[in-house]
Amino acid sequence: MKGTKGFQQIVLGGVGGQGVLFITKILAGVAMEKGQPVLVSETHGMAQRGGIVVSHLKVGDFKSPLIRPGTADVLLSFHPESVLNHSHFLKEEGKVIANDEGGEEFSINATGLAIEMGSPIAANLILLGYALSKKVLFCDLEEVEKYLRTQVKGNIETNVKALKFGFERGSA
Amino acid sequence: MNNKKLLLGNEAIAYGLLAAGCSAITSYPGTPASEILSSVAKLKQENQLRIHVEWSINEKVAFETALANSYAGKRSAVAMKQVGLNVAMDPLMSAAYTGIRGAMVVVVADDPGPHSSQTEQDTRFFAMAAKVPVFDPVSPEDCFSLVREALEVSESFEIPVIFRPTTRVSHARQDVAVPEKVEISIKPAVFEKEPTRWAATPKFRFLLHRALNRKLEEIAGLDKFRPYELNPGTESGAKTCILGSGVVLTYAWEVMRDLGLLGKIPIYRAPMPFPLNRGFGNFILETYDRILVLEETYPVLEYQLRDRERVFGRLSGTVPEEGELLPELVEDIVVKFFELPPTGRPVPGEAPPRRPTLCPGCPHRASFYALRKVFRKAIYPGDIGCYTLGLNLNAVDTVLCMGAAISQAAGFYHAFKHNSPEDTPEIAATIGDSTFFHSGIPALANAVVEGARFVLLILDNSTTAMTGNQPTPATGKRASGEISAKTVSIPRLVEACGVEFIRESDPYDLKGFIKTLKEARGFTRNPDGGIAVVIAKHPCLMDKTYQSRMKRLRVRVTDKCKSCHYCIDHFECPALTEAGDGKSVTIDYSICTGCGVCVSVCPKKAIVAD
Ligand code: SF4
Ligand code: SF4
Repeated sequence: MKGTKGFQQIVLGGVGGQGVLFITKILAGVAMEKGQPVLVSETHGMAQRGGIVVSHLKVGDFKSPLIRPGTADVLLSFHPESVLNHSHFLKEEGKVIANDEGGEEFSINATGLAIEMGSPIAANLILLGYALSKKVLFCDLEEVEKYLRTQVKGNIETNVKALKFGFERGSA
Repeated sequence: MNNKKLLLGNEAIAYGLLAAGCSAITSYPGTPASEILSSVAKLKQENQLRIHVEWSINEKVAFETALANSYAGKRSAVAMKQVGLNVAMDPLMSAAYTGIRGAMVVVVADDPGPHSSQTEQDTRFFAMAAKVPVFDPVSPEDCFSLVREALEVSESFEIPVIFRPTTRVSHARQDVAVPEKVEISIKPAVFEKEPTRWAATPKFRFLLHRALNRKLEEIAGLDKFRPYELNPGTESGAKTCILGSGVVLTYAWEVMRDLGLLGKIPIYRAPMPFPLNRGFGNFILETYDRILVLEETYPVLEYQLRDRERVFGRLSGTVPEEGELLPELVEDIVVKFFELPPTGRPVPGEAPPRRPTLCPGCPHRASFYALRKVFRKAIYPGDIGCYTLGLNLNAVDTVLCMGAAISQAAGFYHAFKHNSPEDTPEIAATIGDSTFFHSGIPALANAVVEGARFVLLILDNSTTAMTGNQPTPATGKRASGEISAKTVSIPRLVEACGVEFIRESDPYDLKGFIKTLKEARGFTRNPDGGIAVVIAKHPCLMDKTYQSRMKRLRVRVTDKCKSCHYCIDHFECPALTEAGDGKSVTIDYSICTGCGVCVSVCPKKAIVAD
């Protein structure tokens, strides 16, 4: 992994209703468990009504909640439009993890797999699991799983299953 | 005991208000301020606090309610978005003169950009206009501590103070150390009568104004709020510095770090941008040859530095005169200011623009569709809420500010009434239920008395949807969850305003709804007619209590679909999309809510519900 350990900027993009914020909060929670300072910026209001949703997550020694274009380490793209909209946040050696049929170095059809799994809303966790398998994030599968199990909201078993499913797909 | 929680800026403010002992907290919802009161209400419930928390009918009422609590010696807060302060400006101006007994903080969230507002006005200017101190937090963590300090200043000087986060602070999340358990000790209310203050006549107002000026002068001398260096220990002898307030300084700090300038150029942060600390104002002008001022959105600090040669900011053209100062913009400004080589930076790709739209199944869409069916060429005054998006259906022509749909409908009527009949358009206005309560009622009474004629559609979805489904007076729900025995009926209010045509109708029953609208139009044309009000009643689909009881139909497109795209073009439900063949229409079941309204929209009867 490039950059200092625990010193990472991640852009998460998609459209309203895909659970972008949920994944952002999971990752922020994991970072806090690791004792890292976190800053997050999220989308609210008018833009949530069917528009593009983006969150910025910064782990480590930062002050600003926003990521400057050309400086992000990772883009987690939950919708193909996010690749177009948000790739400019990445630094040169930054990585895109895309919910897509192909095109990017790291892509997985998380939406399709989630429907196959019988829980369409879990596409976000499949994508996260996949990203973890590519070792581009500040945390690993065990840490995320452990954190997910402490959450009260949502179906823990389905969530963990989706996470692992994405991870296995990526490791295959 | 403290523990770290991942908090929104607005949640951190809520913790701060309670930690400081506020016993009355009121608000009217509005992005980016809405989560402040909902967090307070949640903490009240979780910790069983004996405090008063309310979603008020509008910001003025919210302000005055909280103010009385402070007159009675208790600590109070009122929260709103920046344009809400326009509504509450009247009590603020006067309360600055009367002062308070118990602390009072007015939390006003600004929206540089703007992202979700009709203006990007700077509340710090309003603080100047009212002559009250204003505090500008930089992060959620800062919110928690600074709001408590703001309340201390308020109480020691008996002056209301403003606390102004911006969208990027209100909606940032950070790990913040807050107490595990929220406890507050509240003193009993005591109202000491003092007519020369609380009920001052003009003669005493002059004296109060003088007292206010004294207070401000003293506050400007407080060293506690003197701007300080975000990067202490810079090399001595710098002749250039940055001064600013708010979140933009955090961008500047990171940009300067990346440019390797953090150890060389001091970045001064003003936690209280007005009144600017007097000693600091002199110091900075004596010490530096060039001062770059970074602030959002108007030049408030810049105006307070009395030098137009050495101070660079929005007034000098160094910083754009409008718009949010995003980190990349700050980088460009800094690079230019320090005469560094321009930094290359990737630019965003060309994604097809996505416009915001009403939710699939939103009852407003059905209302607007019906409105367009009945009135083909009307003037459509609109208002503020989700239903502003009636724009997409060409059913909204004006959006000014809360409640203006009604007064503007009347204004258009009077503007056109002396035109020839063929040049007189019909007028069909829309307003939401919460907005009607907020400021539609006086406008309606006025329009009736002045003899205006138009159709007013009150879109009643029993909630304040846009900002996260806060209750309205018609529901009787209170902020902290209790159900009041008393509710306020919209039809009865409308009747009391003197309206003689009032119908309620469910827009999901499109045919029936269209019929009602036609009757309403008939009434406005009738010699004995006048304003006709139709109340479109159907709950917002984002209302969780409705989601569980909503009747969902299985809708499908049959092969009768002639690919005319009428439904997509004129109804624009996001769940109706072009099929893979690029022609016929199909339904995206991942978002279709099964409302079934599209069944009556398709002219070819190709959409059916099983
Ligand atoms: S939140 Fe409610 S009112 Fe707003 S667009 Fe969605 S369904 Fe309509
Ligand atoms: S039933 Fe028709 S109008 Fe309603 S959400 Fe589904 S596609 Fe849209």
